Amino acid sequence: MAVVQDVHGHHDHHPSGIMRWVTTTNHKDIGTMYLWFSFAMFLVGGFLAMGIRAELFMPGIQILEPELFNSFTTLHGLIMVFGAIMPAFVGLANWQVPMMIGAPDMAFARMNNWSFWLLPVAGALLISSFFVPGGAAAGGWTFYPPLSAQGGLGVDMMIFAIHILGASSIMGAINIITTILNMRAPGMTLMKMPMFVWTWLITAYLLVLVMPVLAGTVTMLLTDRHFGTSFFNAAGGGDPVLFQHVFWFFGHPEVYIMILPAFGVVSEIIPTFSRKPLFGYSSMVYATASIAILSCVVWAHHMFTAGMPAVGQLFFMYATMLIAVPTGVKVFNWTATMWRGSMTFETPMLFSIGFVFLFVIGGFSGVVCAIVPIDIQVQDTYYVIAHFHYVLVSGALFAIFAAVYYWLPKWAGRMYDEKLGKMHFWLSMIFFNVAFFVQHFLGLAGMPRRIPDYSLQFADFNMISSIGAFGFGLTQLLFLYIVIKCIRSGEKATDKPWEGGSTLEWTLPSPAPYHSFETPPVIK
Amino acid sequence: MTQSVTKINVAMLKKLLVFSMIMFGFGYALVPMYEKFCEVTGINNLLQPDVVDKNIKVDMTRLITIGLDANVRGLPWQFKSLQSNVKIHPGESIEVMYEIKNDSDREVSGQAIPSYSPRFLEKYLKKFECFCFTKQVLKPGEVRRMPVKFIIDPQIPVDVSAVTISYTFFALEPGK
Ligand code: HEM
Ligand SMILES: [Cu+2]
Repeated sequence: MAVVQDVHGHHDHHPSGIMRWVTTTNHKDIGTMYLWFSFAMFLVGGFLAMGIRAELFMPGIQILEPELFNSFTTLHGLIMVFGAIMPAFVGLANWQVPMMIGAPDMAFARMNNWSFWLLPVAGALLISSFFVPGGAAAGGWTFYPPLSAQGGLGVDMMIFAIHILGASSIMGAINIITTILNMRAPGMTLMKMPMFVWTWLITAYLLVLVMPVLAGTVTMLLTDRHFGTSFFNAAGGGDPVLFQHVFWFFGHPEVYIMILPAFGVVSEIIPTFSRKPLFGYSSMVYATASIAILSCVVWAHHMFTAGMPAVGQLFFMYATMLIAVPTGVKVFNWTATMWRGSMTFETPMLFSIGFVFLFVIGGFSGVVCAIVPIDIQVQDTYYVIAHFHYVLVSGALFAIFAAVYYWLPKWAGRMYDEKLGKMHFWLSMIFFNVAFFVQHFLGLAGMPRRIPDYSLQFADFNMISSIGAFGFGLTQLLFLYIVIKCIRSGEKATDKPWEGGSTLEWTLPSPAPYHSFETPPVIK
Repeated sequence: MTQSVTKINVAMLKKLLVFSMIMFGFGYALVPMYEKFCEVTGINNLLQPDVVDKNIKVDMTRLITIGLDANVRGLPWQFKSLQSNVKIHPGESIEVMYEIKNDSDREVSGQAIPSYSPRFLEKYLKKFECFCFTKQVLKPGEVRRMPVKFIIDPQIPVDVSAVTISYTFFALEPGK
């Protein structure tokens, strides 16, 4: 089989220059490319966000025509979800999973290369759709019909991009599952795996479960648009509400796909800097698994106002609230891990603690949204925007920052500048809250999302939010500077720069050699 | 890496690929499941006659004006109601007539989709017979008169005195 690369086969020198990157099958190279790609997309998505916030800085229409504004919100969501957050986690998995389980590489090294190189194609499709006649898709990142059944070439490009991204994610997930299940070092039983590996195993299963459903959904949309089917087209007997059900059947597990690996990262970092083993390891594993299972039966909490019988609303309300229980177990365990630990507060730890604090706020606003009578009020307002930015930015993204600071010494063999790292954290923390906390109030007061203008009473909070957003955006350039500075001129890192680190990657030299664990370590 | 691990990996790859294909199919299977679910639970049943308690009471104290509206979208048809509005007591059954005419020289089929104003009328309008329960196929030039038989449930909120029932005929693809 072509996809199977005998991992012993590439000992000899590899091509240099650009071809090294195009043809590489090395998990570390591919991990690096995933991370840089996602950072590039993060900047593109961030640019769109700055556009949105600039338009919303004052009431009235100033810089973006409404149609373009809609394209900005739509593509901001799509690019951040599929281009920035998800690939970043896959990049982390590529670097870390083999090193943490003592495997020499990913199971299917060639397929790994393909799943990466699909991404720039999809990214280019999404970005270039701004320049085709009719402009980029503008119906929201959830692309509900009938808006997405109309729309021009931009929508088709979006659909095609989603197909490609889906294929890439499925291949990546298959690779990760196989690597974790089949290639662990002797002695590493499932219940000895680091939490990061566990969360990725479960995430990868979620991916193969729901990404194909998304692929099916966009295929139906495509045939509705061009081949005369009527899945979602009411005029032909279809049902647009059906789309929402199928989309969210994918969509809710998808939000957990973006947060479970973050849980894993934080579960590695907090014990390291508390110098204590993770509290309640096995309850962590079970909590992750139950979150994953529950996440498949709560999708209609996104549709409380779409028309649903009261029993349906009640079921989805209670099921959603139930998810807060295993999530609470996790928060409890992280706190208990820190309890009486000898903690130090290096940048990865700061981001992790910031994660725990702010993710809890996001979890609470999620539970508020889950209460049907309240959600009927706040659906499609800025309250929901605030909710999911607390779980995605200060959740998933903060965890990614934490992970990069934590493992950068191992990847680059050099230390980042701790002072600048801390500055990055504090600026992000402050500006993030300035940008998003006030959006709770805007939402409760009834400001609708995805609208380029607003009535005057919302003006002050919007201005505050925009200022916070600009600050947050600028702060991320500092992150880029810190990473480049570290790679180029950081101090040499020791093999184990964090004294509390206990996972296998810290037994390797820094920077991690191109080929590691060719003879598997033995775990007692 | 030994040969045996590679083999297990490939076996795993195949299993996961098959699983992904099944889930792709499952996405499509959600469509009939959704329709069946709506049918069984009686949500969204545009195509079934309603059943009504036989000894439902007529509320003679109220009179509701019903506007009857007819539209076509994408069909070479004329479609109208023979009365523009009717007045009935809640609980009283009534029959109204609609007429469609195929203006083209080919056979065309269409499906009527009802919509109501106010929206909650749907809950109180009980239809025993309607041309919207099935598709309509018209020969070139054919004219057809079609009845709708219904009552309005006396439970309808007391402040409602005028409602509108609207039908729109949509073209069906040939062969459907
Ligand atoms: C305790 C856990 C959580 C609960 C109870 C919860 C509940 C909800 C509810 C009820 C909504 C729908 C609100 C509405 O549209 O009116 C929602 C929206 C959303 N949630 Fe959560 N959530 C939780 C955690 C998360 C996490 C961890 C993420 C992602 C990392 C997330 C991402 C989102 C997103 C992206 C939306 C908005 C989707 C959209 O309409 O564009 N949530 N959440
Ligand atoms: Cu959800």
